[in-house]
Amino acid sequence: MTAGPAESAFLEHFAALEAGLPGHGLPWLEDLRREASASFRELGIPTTRLEDWRFTPLTTLAKTPFQPAQGAREISPAAIESHTRVIGSAPRVVFVNGAHVPALSSVGELPPGVCISSLASALAREPERIEPHLSRCADHKTRAFTALNTALASDGLFLELAPGAVLAEPLHVLFVQTGEDPPIAAHLRNLVVAGPGSRALLVEHYIGSAQGVYLTNAVTEIIAGRDSRLEHIKLQQESENAYHIAGLSARQEAGSQITSHSLSLGGRLMRFDIQIMLGGEHAHCTLNGLYLARSTQHVDHHTTIDHAMPHTTSRELYKGILDGSAKGVFHGRIHVRPDAQKTNAHQSNRNLLLSESAAINSKPQLEIYADDVRCTHGAAIGRLDEDALFYLRTRGIDLEAARSLLTFAFASDVTGLLPIEPLRESMESFVRDWLSGGQGTR
Amino acid sequence: MSSASQDIESLANRDYAYGFVTDIEQDSLPPGLSEEVIRSIAAKKNEPDWLLAWRLKAYRGWTKMTDVPRWSKVHYPPIDFQAISYFSAPKQKEELKSLDEVDPELLRTFDKLGIPLEEQKTLTGVAVDAIFDSVSVATTCKEKLSELGIIFCSFSEAVQKHPDLVQHYLGSVVPAGDNFYAALNSAVFTDGSFVYVPKGVRCPMELSTYFRINAANTGQFERTLIIADAGAYVSYLEGCTAPMRDENQLHAAVVELITLDDAEIKYSTVQNWYPGNKEGKGGIYNFVTKRGKCKGDRSKISWTQVETGSAITWKYPSCILQGDYSVGEFYSVAVTNNWQQADTGTKMIHLGKNTRSTIISKGISAGHGEQSYRGLVQIRPRATNARNYTQCDSLLIGDRCGAHTFPYIEVKNASSIVEHEATTSKISDDQLFYCQQRGIDTEDAISMLVNGFCKQVFRELPMEFAVEASKLLSVSLEGSIG
Repeated sequence: MTAGPAESAFLEHFAALEAGLPGHGLPWLEDLRREASASFRELGIPTTRLEDWRFTPLTTLAKTPFQPAQGAREISPAAIESHTRVIGSAPRVVFVNGAHVPALSSVGELPPGVCISSLASALAREPERIEPHLSRCADHKTRAFTALNTALASDGLFLELAPGAVLAEPLHVLFVQTGEDPPIAAHLRNLVVAGPGSRALLVEHYIGSAQGVYLTNAVTEIIAGRDSRLEHIKLQQESENAYHIAGLSARQEAGSQITSHSLSLGGRLMRFDIQIMLGGEHAHCTLNGLYLARSTQHVDHHTTIDHAMPHTTSRELYKGILDGSAKGVFHGRIHVRPDAQKTNAHQSNRNLLLSESAAINSKPQLEIYADDVRCTHGAAIGRLDEDALFYLRTRGIDLEAARSLLTFAFASDVTGLLPIEPLRESMESFVRDWLSGGQGTR
Repeated sequence: MSSASQDIESLANRDYAYGFVTDIEQDSLPPGLSEEVIRSIAAKKNEPDWLLAWRLKAYRGWTKMTDVPRWSKVHYPPIDFQAISYFSAPKQKEELKSLDEVDPELLRTFDKLGIPLEEQKTLTGVAVDAIFDSVSVATTCKEKLSELGIIFCSFSEAVQKHPDLVQHYLGSVVPAGDNFYAALNSAVFTDGSFVYVPKGVRCPMELSTYFRINAANTGQFERTLIIADAGAYVSYLEGCTAPMRDENQLHAAVVELITLDDAEIKYSTVQNWYPGNKEGKGGIYNFVTKRGKCKGDRSKISWTQVETGSAITWKYPSCILQGDYSVGEFYSVAVTNNWQQADTGTKMIHLGKNTRSTIISKGISAGHGEQSYRGLVQIRPRATNARNYTQCDSLLIGDRCGAHTFPYIEVKNASSIVEHEATTSKISDDQLFYCQQRGIDTEDAISMLVNGFCKQVFRELPMEFAVEASKLLSVSLEGSIG
């Protein structure tokens, strides 16, 4: 098979940019990048012939000759104000077109033991703190986009929490793409290393400020130390012609807890892969997700929870609302390894189809190799409950309003779980606006 | 725990009760597969030209399928399709007129299997089309059925006597090139059952057939075709046991069901083929394609299966719900023990408006058994108001077994409702404790709980089978818990 335009462009980027990528000169990183590049060369852009990509065709992406993101363009703080407001005055790190923009970022006074920096500067300053963790969770050997990201990553967030360190305020990481012609591709890499007993709340926020075609290829790795508590919010509000392909890979030590919220609201084609490894006893993860899609949007979530040790628990709730000719894909996998006794896992995927031409493929999976477990999954696809609609109408609420109320209630099961008050309100009003046909307040 | 491990051991050591080989001269073709072999099968069976042409087309398609399907979760060494003999028939000198003329050795085999033909005829009112290896040897209650215009005969007989019906429906649900094993079956099938129920007729008895695999190295390639014409109803039972063999035997059957307007077919299976010994050696490879098409409006197809045997089971009895208001059902209990593997489930393809489907799947995994439920519920754009309910539950017994669930749900119509639920757990300690507290010993308590777990499926089985199935289940899982 010959490589398509996107594939050859990426391989050329690597050859052309290798010397300028952050961390160049570090032998371990050079080896890692070369290895990843070779994997990508071998894997190529996934096709629908692969089971994991069966319902998500990347034909147009594969035909786009992307240019490498050329770093920050001037954007004014006012342009991102509406997005930063919802998180408040918390520490903020901003990346524009794949490069860190210190002028827009403000970290301020940090509690002891908390280190926030860009990955590139951390690699330049203290590579020894990154080496033991980078690409240890994310799989750059079998996943094409992770391989591509590992080979070409330009920058991203590095968050390190010393044992017991607590970052009480949410950390807002904003990725802005200015998307203009020609199409550009940004490869972002985030690394979170949470020491034993540490706590943090991280908001990973992707926005597009123009209507051009671009690709965001992001990979986040989280290493959650013993008894750490991490909350991770991913907001995907890319512009309407954007491709957004992201991965979250986490390894959890004993007693750690990760709560992930994913809100997928924009983009033309988005794919989010979550892989959580519960690698210690009493580790717990909660995955909440909401995806809204309409017109020709395509939204694809793949989650894998690997219960590798006994007494681990997981809860997962993903909800989707699809309108227009939007296509949704959900693939949730719960894997319980032999001897991971007393596992308790619950997964639920619910979808609402609002139009005749919307479609959903849901694939909840259980793979269980231990016996003393309690695992359940449920998937439901349907329309609004006729009885509930009738009830509201008997109370004098007209059909349209009743529909919108019920649909909003459907979504608020997930938005209601967001831990930051202004953000929750903002997302709820986004959903309301979206349901009434608007672009959503941005 | 010690008593439990003892129990597991006693279970594992239990011999397969139906393991014996009947010594009858076989009229077999030498191993190997080629166009010549297919031509000689067709010639031996005196088949019309169109059927030979159909077989050859299937064979040519099969040779182009370069690889066996690998997407399922079952693992087995590659099969040498050239080492299998594709035809074996008990030698028959002349036409049999009554049971007395049947080889006594053969009759004894059936006795051991617990299906005395003569008794069945008079006592149970079940018409049995017993198939011994590949050729049907005796058929009962035929007269009664033929009064009603119901055709129930072996496939070869149907080809000779009702070629129009066979030609019209053969391959209309499972096309010759459907999948690897279906293509192989289409090329080399030797016999099977054929049922046609005419318009408005309700078949007064359960039709039943027993399949056995006897000659060593003879893959059995059965072909079953059941047609229920408008307003007709038929209930069909299929039950299996096979003798003990060391080498794996391949069984690649195809079952096609067709219902026209307002018709209903109920297809029940109890499959108890040799599962291999406790080291996982031997046992039957059961690679079956079963599919029904609800062609007419308001028609219904219901699959019920109890799968306790075979080393590997790979089957997905499916329904194509083409007619408006048609109904598809799938009820399944699958048990895997020792080294058995099962990858089973169903496909419900909703094409027509207001179509409904129900899937109830109960999996029980013990020892080193591996079990997967793999299902597809597909709602096509035209299937307005389609409805599906799926429930798959798995019970795990022992810590070396696996239970997996791979449902695919594809919905392209906004007015439909699809629900899927699955749970995996071990037998509840609380329930066990409750039973024991009431003086019921562990063994009986487990049997009770497992039977309760499967009740939703068992109550769909015809009476004769329900008793057998529930017995089979308790025997299969005897003492396999701690």
